[in-house]
Amino acid sequence: MKILVCISHVPDTTSKINFSENNTKFDSSGVQYVINPYDEFALTRAMWFKEKQGASVTVATVGNATTEPTLRKALAIGADDAIRVNTEALDGFTVAKELAEIVKNGGYNLVLAGKESIDYNGGMVPAMLATLLDFNFVNACIGLEIEGDKATISREIDGGKETLSANLPLIIAGQKGLVEEKDLRIPNMRGIMMARQKPLAIVESSNGKATTSIVSFEKQPAKSACKLVDADNVGELISLLHNEAKVI
Amino acid sequence: MSVLVFAESSEGKFKKSALEVTSYGKKVAEQLGTNLVVLTINSSESAVLYNYGAEKVLTVSNDALKIFNAKIVANIVKQAAEKESAQVVIIDSNANGLYFAPIVAANLNAGFASNVIALPTAIAPFTVKRKTFSNKAFNNTQILTDIKVIGLAKNSFGLVENKVSGTTEAFSPILVESNLVSTAIEQTKGKVTIADADIVVSGGRGLKGPENWGMIEELASVLGAATACSKPVSDLGWRPHSEHVGQTGKPVSSNLYIAIGISGAIQHLAGVNSSKVKVVINTDPEAPFFKAADYGIVGDAFEVVPKLIEKLKEFKANNA
Repeated sequence: MKILVCISHVPDTTSKINFSENNTKFDSSGVQYVINPYDEFALTRAMWFKEKQGASVTVATVGNATTEPTLRKALAIGADDAIRVNTEALDGFTVAKELAEIVKNGGYNLVLAGKESIDYNGGMVPAMLATLLDFNFVNACIGLEIEGDKATISREIDGGKETLSANLPLIIAGQKGLVEEKDLRIPNMRGIMMARQKPLAIVESSNGKATTSIVSFEKQPAKSACKLVDADNVGELISLLHNEAKVI
Repeated sequence: MSVLVFAESSEGKFKKSALEVTSYGKKVAEQLGTNLVVLTINSSESAVLYNYGAEKVLTVSNDALKIFNAKIVANIVKQAAEKESAQVVIIDSNANGLYFAPIVAANLNAGFASNVIALPTAIAPFTVKRKTFSNKAFNNTQILTDIKVIGLAKNSFGLVENKVSGTTEAFSPILVESNLVSTAIEQTKGKVTIADADIVVSGGRGLKGPENWGMIEELASVLGAATACSKPVSDLGWRPHSEHVGQTGKPVSSNLYIAIGISGAIQHLAGVNSSKVKVVINTDPEAPFFKAADYGIVGDAFEVVPKLIEKLKEFKANNA
């Protein structure tokens, strides 16, 4: 089993979100970058397949050299090697096209990704990648078992879950449930040392044309202060929700 | 030329999101000076869509489509888009919509904007406003391709009645092959899901233990709400993971979100920020949730919630 895990390099959840250049660029000054949390679930599941079933695990991202520490972190967690496509990630479709080349050239038969990145929240790369490659695809994946060529997959649906079966090659877009948060791994010193020696290949972009373009950003408008209601007067809360907010 | 909307139904009945995307699609069609076509699969009540502006409804009836398959549905949407020369294709953000919308875009070689929250701000270049950075900001995105695919964020546009005299046409697309097979579906019936709920009542660690969830369930039942919980609560096993809302859990975009005994960690707020009105009940006036909420009560949930239930019952009785 040859696994490719798609990694997005994203600002840590607790980062302050600011924009620069007249609100056209994300202001990355002082921002700590991490492996996208949804991708981390995918990577952790991949490590299980490596350790229990002898799979090889490659991680890949599309981005400039500033994304390399994030790939090194994935190597420190235990991936065998890494690939960086040396171009700015323009939009989800272009990223999917770049990754499709990686999958084709590397002969991967299982691609694990997160269901969305926590920065742009596009939620489209894995589905588009699967369509470009004509691989089976399951979104919002909360469970994955592989036996030989056969996969058993569960996905979250509105109000429950669905179990599916498919043959490899397969792409899944994972979320919590694929592994639990307690299963996530913090790289140890040995892992970090070994990661420095592991191969990180830089490949040139296939120069796809962007299909969408972000022209500007806006912050959430400042919130008006919370209206406090006395704990002895819950009736007032009901009347505010009914008459003012009109939600009950 | 046309605008094409996919209206999802469940057991023949349209979901609220189906009426929302139809309402939205009608306005987009007006902006473009064209007609709205709505595609439905295995629904018998197409006339409902006329009330929301559907000039033409394409109905696909096929027992093979009773179980959702993203690849097959995405291909049907592609065939409908080609048949109707759609310029814009609009899909909701339910679990299935999120699954197949990007496949439609890839099939049509079209630019895809997900999490769209409002009508296009410009037609040329075609520009839409989207949620980004996990609800902490918005971006304005231009879609540069001839065909545009839009994923409309849940509960962002609402239902707008716009009665037209529509027509319904049977549509028999080719079904593509898929060897992805659904083997089991477990779904709670008759219970309001977090995804569909107008109101969500959510409990945190402040409730001290799973045995205290009775009042959360009772409050939810009085309000016709879904129940949810914070991450620590699901990690402790007090409540099932399926109730966890927040960054890595389920997103909530209800009209009303009531947080009880939840401090409001940034990861939690990221998942519930899209709710229109937020209420917090917490003993700690310094809890970060008070900064994000619209209404708050500083107080002990064990005293406040039972009183709230009692008053709400009176309110419901008087307003029935």
